[in-house]
Amino acid sequence: MVRIGGGQGFYGDGYAGVGPLLESGVDYLVCEALAELTLAILAKDRARDETAGWTRDLPLYAAMVAPDVVAGRTRFITNAGGINPVAAGRALLEGLRAQGIHGVSVATVVGDDLKPHADELGIPDDAVFAAAYLGAAPIVEALDRGAQMVVTGRVADASLFLAPLIHEFGWDTDDWDRMALGVTVGHLLECSAQVTGGNYSGDWWNNGDFTQPGFPIAECDADGGVVITKPEGTGGRVSFDTVREQLMYEVHDPRAYLNPDVTADFTSVRLEDLGNDRVRVSEVQGRPRPATYKGLVCTPAGYSGEVRLPYSWPDAEAKARAAARFLHRRAQQLGIPVLEWHEEYFGVNAFGGDTVVPRGAAVPPAGGDEPPEVMGRLVWRCEERDDAARLTREFGLLGLGGPPMVSPFGRARERPTGLLDLQPMAVPRELVDAGVRVSVEVS
Amino acid sequence: MPKVQLREVCGVRSGDKGDVSDLTLFMDDQEAYEAVCDAVTTEKVAAHFGEMVKGPVERHEVPRIMALKFVMHEALGGGGPRSLRSDNLGKTLGGALLRLEVDLPESVVANSARAGRRAPLDRTPVDQAPRSADA
Repeated sequence: MVRIGGGQGFYGDGYAGVGPLLESGVDYLVCEALAELTLAILAKDRARDETAGWTRDLPLYAAMVAPDVVAGRTRFITNAGGINPVAAGRALLEGLRAQGIHGVSVATVVGDDLKPHADELGIPDDAVFAAAYLGAAPIVEALDRGAQMVVTGRVADASLFLAPLIHEFGWDTDDWDRMALGVTVGHLLECSAQVTGGNYSGDWWNNGDFTQPGFPIAECDADGGVVITKPEGTGGRVSFDTVREQLMYEVHDPRAYLNPDVTADFTSVRLEDLGNDRVRVSEVQGRPRPATYKGLVCTPAGYSGEVRLPYSWPDAEAKARAAARFLHRRAQQLGIPVLEWHEEYFGVNAFGGDTVVPRGAAVPPAGGDEPPEVMGRLVWRCEERDDAARLTREFGLLGLGGPPMVSPFGRARERPTGLLDLQPMAVPRELVDAGVRVSVEVS
Repeated sequence: MPKVQLREVCGVRSGDKGDVSDLTLFMDDQEAYEAVCDAVTTEKVAAHFGEMVKGPVERHEVPRIMALKFVMHEALGGGGPRSLRSDNLGKTLGGALLRLEVDLPESVVANSARAGRRAPLDRTPVDQAPRSADA
């Protein structure tokens, strides 16, 4: 049996669940660090520093897992290499050597970057990043070559988890049902606590202590038996309900979940609640993998400016809306070229405190038909950064010259935010595969 | 048949890819699954979200796990890093879907463990709450 632990679900995830995974014993700790937007953040880092461009919490995870890796208990797989897996691998090796850890074999995988193929693929010159979602193959190669830590760039989340199963069990990569089972395992584990009670829409309040998260474990047999569970004594829960919510998460067409290694049919999946935080996954069917890789291209999309418009009862919403209209009118008067506006209104008791909801009250007091306060939020998008910033300066007039009972606007007025467009594209496999490289170095 | 909000019989999970919002409803028994599949049409969901969703809405049935999925295109104001919305990833849109009112047989609501179930609300200030070890 092979035990795989899901140690990370995004760049910035809490790491409190990793210790219990390692203590409970996992053969592989797999950390998924790259959401769609993450590569854009890392591309900005790299523009400032050639050695950056990987997720900065990678050393934290590496340090946590290192003792188990050295002891030969656990291998570590992550796509934390982001936009710069070579530098990430180097940083890992340096970190190990600095701790006096020698003899650990570290692999890096490159080849997901599509910018070298910009002309053939029609990727615009101003693209912040363009990357293909690689499959399990290069990670399997790294493991076959003895790597104990594997750092990649953009690899499809689920394929990070499929790779060790192919390596351990010698599954044929055109055994579509096995590939689909491995991708199902990966899909269930790739968001850390989201399969073990996190974001659960049922009675989440009975999940136990959030500060002791139970990150997920998949117990996998060579013949295809899989059980999803979590370390004993941790919070959260693994049930039919929590697992089916994660199974459906972001998969679009459940009959055809597209992954670089297989087209998985999630309508075929059988989930069986065994009790005691154990759910069996079986009967997964797969079909041949898509003919192309998925690519993602990210380009600049202007700048947003933003203000908060916080007003107290009475007439809170009317005031917040009047304030938003004031700013819209000022933009017109000043000739600021705004491409798009967006407004929102929210609030409960930031301003009235105990006069709105008395301390310890079990139910809200009977109120009028208007909200006790409204936080307006007005956002606009401009092509140019300076245009987006100009309007922010205008709302100061609302402090003394607008509707009454406006709260202070906060400690800092927000600076414009650079916006980005993401567009998926189909990429020929041969083009990408020719550039995929696995290199292994020992600490 | 009484009109009820989906909240009373369904769980939900929200996700996104680019400008696509991906919402799944979960029912707890076969009768509820079939009733919700009958009641919650693509047209109803599209009308419920109105201007928030600019593109087409797809619908997928997953009977083995009693799930009903809606994939809504051009639904996030341009997608995560481009959207001007606070919730640029549409993580809360599942809640917005649970607000939808539909006609469901009385027995479906009567048999649902979710009907009338509410999270306990404790307004004790955080620094006065019992320590979790004692809770």
